[in-house]
Amino acid sequence: MSEFALTNKEFFRALGVGELIGSKCLDCGEVSIPQREICPVCFSQRTEIVSFSGQGKLAAYTVISVPPVKMAKAGYDGKNPYCVGVVTLSEGPRISAQILDMDLAHPENIKIGTDLQMAIIKREEDGIQNTYLAFKPA
Amino acid sequence: MSKSKWSRGVAVVGAGMSKFGAFPDKTSRDLVVEAFKDLKKSMDKPLDPKKIEAFYLGNFSSDQFEKQAHFAPILASWLGLSPISAIRVEDACASGAVAIRQAALAIASGEYDVVLVAGLEKMTDLHISEITEVLGTAADTQFEIPAGFTFPGFYAAMATAYMHEYGADRNAFFDVAIKNHKNGALNDKAQFDQTIEQIREAKKARAVKKGRPEPTWKTDLEFLQDPKGNPNIAWPMTLFDCSPVSDGGAMVLLVSEDLAKEFSDSPIYLIGSGQASDGALPERETLTGIPAAEKAGKQAYEMAGLTSDDIDLAEVHDCFTIAEIMASEDLGFFPRGEGWKAAMEGKTAREGEHPINTSGGLKAKGHPVGASGVAQVVEIWKQLHGIAGERQLPNSPKIGLTHNVGGSGQTCVVNIYERRD
Repeated sequence: MSEFALTNKEFFRALGVGELIGSKCLDCGEVSIPQREICPVCFSQRTEIVSFSGQGKLAAYTVISVPPVKMAKAGYDGKNPYCVGVVTLSEGPRISAQILDMDLAHPENIKIGTDLQMAIIKREEDGIQNTYLAFKPA
Repeated sequence: MSKSKWSRGVAVVGAGMSKFGAFPDKTSRDLVVEAFKDLKKSMDKPLDPKKIEAFYLGNFSSDQFEKQAHFAPILASWLGLSPISAIRVEDACASGAVAIRQAALAIASGEYDVVLVAGLEKMTDLHISEITEVLGTAADTQFEIPAGFTFPGFYAAMATAYMHEYGADRNAFFDVAIKNHKNGALNDKAQFDQTIEQIREAKKARAVKKGRPEPTWKTDLEFLQDPKGNPNIAWPMTLFDCSPVSDGGAMVLLVSEDLAKEFSDSPIYLIGSGQASDGALPERETLTGIPAAEKAGKQAYEMAGLTSDDIDLAEVHDCFTIAEIMASEDLGFFPRGEGWKAAMEGKTAREGEHPINTSGGLKAKGHPVGASGVAQVVEIWKQLHGIAGERQLPNSPKIGLTHNVGGSGQTCVVNIYERRD
């Protein structure tokens, strides 16, 4: 039994301790991230928490020069852009995350299919330590 | 053969809109009044507002943009329509077409005969960073926004997946912007009344006036490829790939088909309608198209008994240039992976085989989010009546399609309208 429950906030509690979790349907085998109490494929209510390896490949990306307020507060702007993307995890499902250590000056050189490894970003925001999912080249 | 399950048909007997733009001196009420006046002007028979039985408002977020929730009864009252039923519907940027579809279903059910539909958004009163935050609430705020995604970012990510999958040339995106600005420049309701060429020449003139070296852009593409003229927003989406932040309102009057001629000598008919939903971007079956759009389109074609070849013009949701290219494939105008070539070859221009966004689209006409889906019908109304002025399509178009997307593709509504002679 995983120490994490299937409820929504547990995803972030797990991330806080460096774990990437999702769920697996005990009836049809569908793997989901974040975790689901109801299987989105067969509607089964028999699902359990599974840990993801944190490995994947870049499926889509962008380099953002006009950030939202939170990312601007973290220091990003037109002169200091950041990369965010969609990652296909080795277990199958995809997830959104910031992508680190990319050639931001030449976004056209960033390669879809690049092997990635999970990384964790910790940012202090309004006095609270928040954890964010990120990936970097494997 | 039409396969409509609706109990009765629905007709549009009037369609109008306010000018789109940034109007610090106007409120939402002014925009709704302006749209209502324009709707009445569009009708060839006088409208008795007492005949209106219900009011549907498509609006994304008056509560966040204007700190005003519960807006439908307030606006109905402002138009003198109390005590009729007044309902606001919200599905992000698709709110306008969702309102039309819900109003049409209410008529088809037999509950109402005459329904007024408004689309509305007043966005420009907030600072741009606040506007970005508000728009972000249309995405998954738990799992997408914290990753750092913005709306241009979602479409930019789809653009990279699309370019990778099909080897698309980034200039195809710019060609969409150039075309839509050309169309918008001929639309007096559009936020941007300039072509890219006019904007480029104006920028050059400004540089000279300020004593700076004159930029050397000789073509629109040279200008759009230069980050000094056209800065990055979310690569590969640049400033000129993005629709603007806008204020605006639009309206249509829907009636049951059997009553249409009482209200207008020249109604148009809603003959196909579809709507579908989807999860956040990573959950979708593809990143190079919008599955909800394809599904909504199929429903609408099936109901109308038509195929994409029967569509004379389409107003599609080009919130970003890549969105128009994906829409042209999701709706079946071009095969998968061919939409970018079609855009570069001029096939979606007014002279092309599949004219798209003759109004200028969201890109040039403006994108007051809740109003966009209703304003699309205003263009279809004009084109089907042959009153679109300098941007009028030749050969008397008879069938027009609207495609309105919410968020990055979580909602899509496709409606098909027909003129009958």
